[in-house]
Amino acid sequence: MARLSPDNVTLALEIIGRYPRPKSALIPLLHLAQEQDGHLTDDAMAHIAELVGVTPAEVLGTASFYEMFKMEPVGRYVVNICTNIACQLLGGEELLEHAEHRLGVRPGQTTPDGLFTVEDVECIAACTEAPCLQVNYRYFHRITHDEFDQLVDDLAAGRRDDIPPHGTLARVRQHIPPERRAGCVLPEDTATPVWIASASTEEAEA
Amino acid sequence: MPEPEAPAADGVVVEINGREVVARKGELLIDAAERAGTYIPRFCYHERMRPVGMCRMCLVEVDTGRGPALQPSCMIECSPGMKVDTESEVTKKAQDGVLEFLLINHPLDCPVCDKGGECPLQDQTMAYGPGESRFVEEKRHKEKPIPISDLVLLDRERCILCDRCTRFAKEVAGDPLIHFIHRGNDTEVNTFPDEPFASYFSGNTVQICPVGALTASTYRFKARPWDLETTESTCQQCSVGCRISIDSSRDQVQRYAGVDIDPVNWGWLCDKGRFSHESVTAEARLGEPLVRQGDELVPTRWADALGRAADALRGASSPEAIGVIGGARLTNEDAYAWAKLAKGVLGTDNVDAQLGDGLPAEVVLGLPRATIDQVCEPGGTVVLLGPDVKEELPVLFLRLRHAVVSDGVTLVEVSPRTTGLTGLAAASLQPRPGEAGELVRALVAGSDAERDVAGLPAEAVNAARRLLAGSRGPLTVVLGRPSVAESATAVVDAATALLAARPDTTFLPALRRANVHGALDMGLAPGLLPGRVGLDEGRDCFAGSWPSVPASRGLDTEGILRAAADGHIDVLVLLGADPLADFPDHDLAERALAGARAVIAVETLPNASTRRADVVLAAAGFAEKAGTTTNLEGRVSSLSQRVTPPGTARADWMLAAELAARLGADLGVLDAEEILAEIGRVAPSHLGLDLAVVAGSPDGVLVPLGQPEAGPSSSGDAPEGQRGAAADAAAVRSDAADDTTTEEAEAAAAAAAEGAATAEAQAGAADGAAAGGDDAVPDEPLSAPRPELVAFVAGAPGSAPPLDAYAFRLVATRKLYDQGTTVQASAHLAGLAPGTAARVHPADADRLGVSAGERVVLRSARMSITVPVELDPGVPRGAVALVTNQRDVRVGDLIAVDGPVTELRIETAS
Ligand code: SF4
Ligand code: SF4
Ligand code: FES
Ligand code: FES
Repeated sequence: MARLSPDNVTLALEIIGRYPRPKSALIPLLHLAQEQDGHLTDDAMAHIAELVGVTPAEVLGTASFYEMFKMEPVGRYVVNICTNIACQLLGGEELLEHAEHRLGVRPGQTTPDGLFTVEDVECIAACTEAPCLQVNYRYFHRITHDEFDQLVDDLAAGRRDDIPPHGTLARVRQHIPPERRAGCVLPEDTATPVWIASASTEEAEA
Repeated sequence: MPEPEAPAADGVVVEINGREVVARKGELLIDAAERAGTYIPRFCYHERMRPVGMCRMCLVEVDTGRGPALQPSCMIECSPGMKVDTESEVTKKAQDGVLEFLLINHPLDCPVCDKGGECPLQDQTMAYGPGESRFVEEKRHKEKPIPISDLVLLDRERCILCDRCTRFAKEVAGDPLIHFIHRGNDTEVNTFPDEPFASYFSGNTVQICPVGALTASTYRFKARPWDLETTESTCQQCSVGCRISIDSSRDQVQRYAGVDIDPVNWGWLCDKGRFSHESVTAEARLGEPLVRQGDELVPTRWADALGRAADALRGASSPEAIGVIGGARLTNEDAYAWAKLAKGVLGTDNVDAQLGDGLPAEVVLGLPRATIDQVCEPGGTVVLLGPDVKEELPVLFLRLRHAVVSDGVTLVEVSPRTTGLTGLAAASLQPRPGEAGELVRALVAGSDAERDVAGLPAEAVNAARRLLAGSRGPLTVVLGRPSVAESATAVVDAATALLAARPDTTFLPALRRANVHGALDMGLAPGLLPGRVGLDEGRDCFAGSWPSVPASRGLDTEGILRAAADGHIDVLVLLGADPLADFPDHDLAERALAGARAVIAVETLPNASTRRADVVLAAAGFAEKAGTTTNLEGRVSSLSQRVTPPGTARADWMLAAELAARLGADLGVLDAEEILAEIGRVAPSHLGLDLAVVAGSPDGVLVPLGQPEAGPSSSGDAPEGQRGAAADAAAVRSDAADDTTTEEAEAAAAAAAEGAATAEAQAGAADGAAAGGDDAVPDEPLSAPRPELVAFVAGAPGSAPPLDAYAFRLVATRKLYDQGTTVQASAHLAGLAPGTAARVHPADADRLGVSAGERVVLRSARMSITVPVELDPGVPRGAVALVTNQRDVRVGDLIAVDGPVTELRIETAS
């Protein structure tokens, strides 16, 4: 619960290096902080502000815009149940109600054991598989109430190691070999941006 | 001279409500309409900030050839042939709808809202809004005002999310400590938890918030707009001289607000200026004269106090046994009256408005002067050779920041430690204290330095040197005293080198105190007479109106204090000066007060020095008397009386006149206006000045009047925002032409154009400010030949003693908030003084084996003090930085003013 750990600072510096301006690394670093603590702590946001050279208020302003950044602690598993139109027609509302009963919490709340947070969400773009839900943003399609119970049991018993704890994001940890990075030259310092150069060569060739 | 038709030539003709309007190229529709007399309602748009189109209140129907459509007029530039209807049914419906939406969540608590009565949301709802709301649902609720700083409260329910405050914080002040948080219906303005909006400029957000969401803690529930009486005046908290309005109710000052004038403050104020109104009404104000009775100062009648003061002055063994220090608190008229009393009646030239922490008067007055606009001229280069502008002249900092960020000005900083501008500087160099002269000589040299200069690596110096050599625009210097722990020699030497290398360089003197420049102009400096002339050069001008003129040059403040300490001063007059707090060398000030036979203090508030006085004359202060003041550019602007002084306190000039009368002389003045008229008759740099001239030009008048104004060398294509008098005149003309061409407008345009032409002819360079008003500049040439004004005396290269391996040099700088009397008398500012620690470079701390927070002993030749250490890479190696005039640490104890620098040893306290 705090500032970024030394390992994460090392990673953060690497991430910052991928962008022309340090500030551009803000969102990935927020993911990193959320992965570390499960949610965004004030200390972590203040630390990120230092790392990318903005004020903590600016970090908070950006972070709080996004639902997926949690400002308060959430469960190890965040269960998002879709109640938008397609899912609603195929039982999404009932699924949500079932989940509330099964876990004993209202949407937005976390179970006392800290395992599950239930959220009702708008369309998650899997309408063909309605009713659907996500656990830590991993999809589960055409879920029946029994399947839901089974899923919850499995998660609680630690039988689903394919679903990492909330906040874990593989993307942030991806390794980009240096030769594939965009480089850290500010756009105004490059004579012609690469993409324009390549576009014009293509044109010339054509 | 630019073609008068120039703006019209690249102007854009648009049609607004059926009338043709000539807009400037790139002008926003909302501005063009307003200039043409059509006000489009708005919330988020502010003419001093970039438009964002947040509120949609300015929607109007615009037809650019593809049929009319609603467009936000703050976001579109005028284009040729554009047809605009601001009054169509569609426009009205849009305005009505926007207001209905804005009011959906608005608490409508106008009866308990400070903004009520002057609220754009109220006013525009009345003018353009629906009579009733259709919204019956529950409104959003938030905790009522939360403090976002010690000075500003935020009521989030009232906020309409216009982005003005947040834009101001980021764009203008550069302190983005408030931000929109959350999204959609939950969006609110807020700070980061536990990180308050501690900006020096936070009060401006209160002024520009179009609703009552941001209010000032100093003004909460204090008054209603309809109880307020308002007068325009000029801020006297520093020498920038921002234009302000003073609001009072029941004869009590309630608040100040910024007034937008182009050449100076653009409507902004710093928080010290804005909230210093509390010091006017402070409990501690002196309302009656005091005299010493044994150990105590007791109230007395004026006749008694003035009698005793006059007796003391009369009893002085010789004129030279009288010393007068201070004067920056005074108006120009006060300063003139005191100069006349001291130099003309008492016959002493031991007079100095500066307290040993500024620059020699001849340097300030003799250097070619720059205006703020010239310093900020797009594309120019500015050398900052002085104090931290953000701490000492805050609104000048805003102007410089804007110049660098938006107008491509290049800033080269030479300062004893990093400053608030360092992040904006193209090069920032921290020479060893006392060695700025050497560094600047290397910067203007024809070739690269080969080895370290003033403790700085040659590469850094050479990079800055090439930057300066390659600069094409005008070169200006902001010149002040960077640290009171080193003598002024180094910066004067540096200025000399710059002027020699680039003779077209102009200088903006950065002396800090309110009207110090006016006081120097009025002759409150040794060797000078009012109007920027030396004793000998000016003798003839004053022969008629002054009883006498001192025969020879007297002492400056340091000299006066030394003489007093040695027992040679019989009467020491403190004109709003507190040498114990402000003179760099505390021990000398202490000995001087002890050594002077009598001390007369003329003050508005008690301070350490008044407590040592024998007679204290209670003076009327800011907002309590009318007069004029002069800012660092030499801009004379008006000061107004808004309230009556406390008790029986009197204007300083009156006290001078009373004392003169008791000494058998007559200053020959009955009110401030007469004094100004006399100044305009006799003071060479001020010839032609009188109240009508000052009152006639809202932007103030630059002195010397009609003197060639050091300015941009080319008068041709003055860049946008820097339009000269001729361009202004042309603008007036085109405005008039757009209008229902009345004869009056025609005449005004013609007069302005003529005035501009005269000014141009006289000045050889356009200057909008001087010719701002029709009659601001007297057309007829000056009657008598003017004596030579004070000339700049080149500094000699001084040298700081070589540094031995263990010694550190002291850097003593200032913070905006300190233990000064006005800050401490302003309840909401007093607690903001940050205190100080010994700041050293981390590498030095390493070398000494001290760590942050550890207490160390700083030992100078004079004395030693114990302070905690803080690590600060902004302090050059071999230096220790302290902030003067802060709680618990008396930096003045370490400083001896006789050396070029103050050397220290750091010892660990054990
Ligand atoms: S607090 Fe005021 S200035 Fe700031 S966004 Fe809200 S309404 Fe605008
Ligand atoms: S910058 Fe100076 S003149 Fe302007 S408001 Fe602040 S103290 Fe007053
Ligand atoms: S409606 Fe549920 S995923 Fe689209
Ligand atoms: S004033 Fe134009 S959108 Fe707000």
